[in-house]
Amino acid sequence: MLTYLSRRLMFAAFLVFAVSSASLVLARLAPGDYVAESLGIEAHRETIEQARARYGLNQSIGAQYREWLGRVVRLDLGRSLLYDRPVGDLIPERAANTALLAVTALVLATVIGLPLGVVTGSRRGGVLPGAIRGASLVLLSMPPLLTSLFLIFIAARTGWMPIAGMRSAGATPTGITFDLLHHLIVPAGALALPLAATFERLQSQAMAQAIEEPFVLAAFARGVPRSRVVWRDALKAALRPVAAVYGLVVGTLLSGSFVVEVISAWPGLGQLMLDALRARDVYLVAGCAGAGAMFLAFGTLLSDAALALADPRVAEA
Amino acid sequence: MRAFGSFLLVVAIAAAVGAPVLAPHAGDRSFRALLNAPPTVPHVRADDGSWHAPFIYRWTLVNQLEQRYEEDRSTRTALGWLTGGHLLESSDDERSPLFLLGADSYGRDVLSRLLFGARVSLGLAAVAALGALIIGASIGGLAGYAGGPIDDLLMRASDFVLVLPATYVALALRSVMKLVLEPRTVFLLLAAIFAVVGAPFIARGVRAIVRSERRLDYAVAATSLGAGHLRVLVRHLLPAARGFVMVQMTMLVPAFIIAEATLSYVGLGFPDPMASWGTMLHDASNVRVFADFPWLLSPAAAMFLVVFALNLVLERSNASIVPLVFLVGAQTRVPLKPDSAA
Repeated sequence: MLTYLSRRLMFAAFLVFAVSSASLVLARLAPGDYVAESLGIEAHRETIEQARARYGLNQSIGAQYREWLGRVVRLDLGRSLLYDRPVGDLIPERAANTALLAVTALVLATVIGLPLGVVTGSRRGGVLPGAIRGASLVLLSMPPLLTSLFLIFIAARTGWMPIAGMRSAGATPTGITFDLLHHLIVPAGALALPLAATFERLQSQAMAQAIEEPFVLAAFARGVPRSRVVWRDALKAALRPVAAVYGLVVGTLLSGSFVVEVISAWPGLGQLMLDALRARDVYLVAGCAGAGAMFLAFGTLLSDAALALADPRVAEA
Repeated sequence: MRAFGSFLLVVAIAAAVGAPVLAPHAGDRSFRALLNAPPTVPHVRADDGSWHAPFIYRWTLVNQLEQRYEEDRSTRTALGWLTGGHLLESSDDERSPLFLLGADSYGRDVLSRLLFGARVSLGLAAVAALGALIIGASIGGLAGYAGGPIDDLLMRASDFVLVLPATYVALALRSVMKLVLEPRTVFLLLAAIFAVVGAPFIARGVRAIVRSERRLDYAVAATSLGAGHLRVLVRHLLPAARGFVMVQMTMLVPAFIIAEATLSYVGLGFPDPMASWGTMLHDASNVRVFADFPWLLSPAAAMFLVVFALNLVLERSNASIVPLVFLVGAQTRVPLKPDSAA
């Protein structure tokens, strides 16, 4: 068990390291650099050279990478060229915003999706399961890009909720306030809806299988009330395959939240990464990628641990 | 339901193929006087109660600032079938063009752009899926057939790609290139990126299938009859993975359509005058659109219909439809079917 987890931990560390290194190198390889993008074409050659020297962009890729690596070991992620602030300061607040969005969406999706999946999985026919199934088929065809456009459309038409941003101007700038939750409806909803449909389908399949198991049949035969069998005995067996997916959802959440953040102007990691990529802000790109990879590594680690606990055979493989 | 899904798909493909005939205008033709004009509704009955062949009323600008239009009910503009090489067209195209889905902020016909955009968006997704198939089947076949360290290495690598969020990978790879490129280059570049990101999904399954099929009698027989490695792999083993591969490709296509839209939406896809569903959404990324010009969002509706159709087609196949959303975020280790091969 411990060796298994430590192996997974090594993989996670490798993931973070490889992703941030690769993105630094990739961003450096891209044509044009921050200086060329920000100063424009009319700048003097000397000005450009001075700026390059100041930002360390005149070194070779190898030298710059080595220098960056040396500083990262001391937890100094470099200075963002675009915002002129240390990357180490910039990332946590943005990452927290993304995490807030992602966690809210995950909780929403679970609360909506799992019970509905139990309902559709445990019954064969009927109006309600049919309606749920249809709804989730529709929602499965609407990835976050489309759901966020749809929700913004509704918000713009009705004015029930704000369509963009994270806080109103003049509202308390920190902490979880009513204003923040109000702004959260559109992005979190957009991220949660397709995910809820996914969970519904997964749970439904797992439930349909569990309900055929001999021990469930035996419980029915003994005369245990149906709802009790479904919600207690069968559900316990049907949760495992769904739990296995949870860690993998993190990647989906990251990809999805990128889209949602850009469309609904949620100041998260995705927006920051996009800005950094566009401005060729190499250190910020590497920092964002590293932060994203950490989310990812954390998610996979969590699901690996959960799976190993649920099914000891996994750890021996 | 499955029949309905197939029907929708056929419609979408026909729309893409027939775009030059079906579209009333060229995709980049702009009507300067009709920016953000609403859809023109074909009528058959005039205000005085008389019946006519289908005709439209002309839009006249009422408020320049708000871009509000009103129907000019005094003159009817007849619609012509199959005139000038277009299926349906206004007889007075200069002053009173046919906008069945309205006009965008440059005064271009949304329907025409939607049809031409279908060629780009669907074509790109299809080409990328084909690329993913070629790369994935080669990697998976090689790994499954060779086994040992090669298998280990290839599968580790594809696992690694699988873990990464596809949108970010595509974004990072795309932004390495120059920000503005020729449409043709963008097409090839995006297709290549999507193919690489999508290939591991195919490679994993193909590897498992090849691995188990390799030990079956027919493969052993082929080998003992003197067939070379390549022949056994390509002629005998890979065909066994056909069903799996078809399903996977069907799932990759919607993921790629959405990926193109996402990249174009953030400005890293196709350059402007080019119509694709993503660039159309990019042009519609404006708060006023949602409230006042909702017809600009029709590419989103088109995307939904295509993805929905593919979902309906997939529903009864062995693959669960579940991985779709995961694919859009490129995450699938959800078992596709009780793996015959694992």
